[in-house]
Amino acid sequence: MARDKLNNEINAGSMADIAFLLLIFFLVTTTIDVDKGVLVKLPPWSEDEPETLTLNKRNVFSVLVNADNALLVRGEPTDVGDLRERAKDFIRNPQNKSDLAERPDKAIISLRNDRGTKYSTYLEVYNELKAAYRELREDESQKKYNKSYEFLPRDRKKEINAIIPLVLSEAEPTNFGEE
Amino acid sequence: MSKFQKKRGKSKPAISTASLPDIIFMLLFFFMVVTVMRDSTLKVEVNVPQATELTKLEKKSLVNYLYIGKPTDQYAETYGTSPRLQLGDKISAIGDIPLFLEQHRSGVPEKQRTGISSSLRVDGEVTMGFVSDIKTELRKANQLKINYSAKPRVE
Repeated sequence: MARDKLNNEINAGSMADIAFLLLIFFLVTTTIDVDKGVLVKLPPWSEDEPETLTLNKRNVFSVLVNADNALLVRGEPTDVGDLRERAKDFIRNPQNKSDLAERPDKAIISLRNDRGTKYSTYLEVYNELKAAYRELREDESQKKYNKSYEFLPRDRKKEINAIIPLVLSEAEPTNFGEE
Repeated sequence: MSKFQKKRGKSKPAISTASLPDIIFMLLFFFMVVTVMRDSTLKVEVNVPQATELTKLEKKSLVNYLYIGKPTDQYAETYGTSPRLQLGDKISAIGDIPLFLEQHRSGVPEKQRTGISSSLRVDGEVTMGFVSDIKTELRKANQLKINYSAKPRVE
């Protein structure tokens, strides 16, 4: 008699509550933050003075950012918004002008800033220069393979990178405007 | 009329909730897997600038983080208001970088050590002088793969 009355099942109704509690805890603590950033490769450190290379002036695209966050591109004050187009023009040199880069693989970007330059300005400039290269590679890829650079196989990407290599030299900052 | 009454008598209106815990558990496991608990509390204010040319950092275990910014109000009294560097969960001097990198490196399997990168989370208002000093220190420590952390910007 007694056994018949016994209910052998455990009440699983509260299981949902427990699970909910845990769920809410994880929901609150979760930060799905995608970690993204501008990838940079630094040159290795060496104690001795770097060799002085004499470069043809036409192949150097100098960008100076001063402590007031103003830009001087090849001796002319420039707006950050125009930097990308100017860099692209310089590297590609479609009209074969004598004061722009001979060939894309000969172009060198030289970036220099003051110690007082704001980091956000620096990153913006760096981003624009990188974007110029990305766009040029994209164009090249479209012309050559009719495909977006992103979807090219690795060896094709290398080939394009060899045609349009990103050469960005960063000089030691000048001591202006340090707080 | 009798037809309806008959039906009503037979039907069981209660929906079984037995599978509810299973569904919730499924969600729970999803969140447990994607959760990344923040390992260090920030003592400096970091508001990274925006950029478009972003690369995703692939393996979390191969990344070490350097935070650079002004100490938060709570710590301003102790550390002042000029930009400081935070390694792990404490504010450090630039000279502590090699040790910090070495500590991280020793926890990574030898085969993967070439893939280690440093993520620089720098506040937009920091001046480049301080950032350059850190870059020089990273170069001296032979940590050349770095990533300037940034938020995506829609053009």
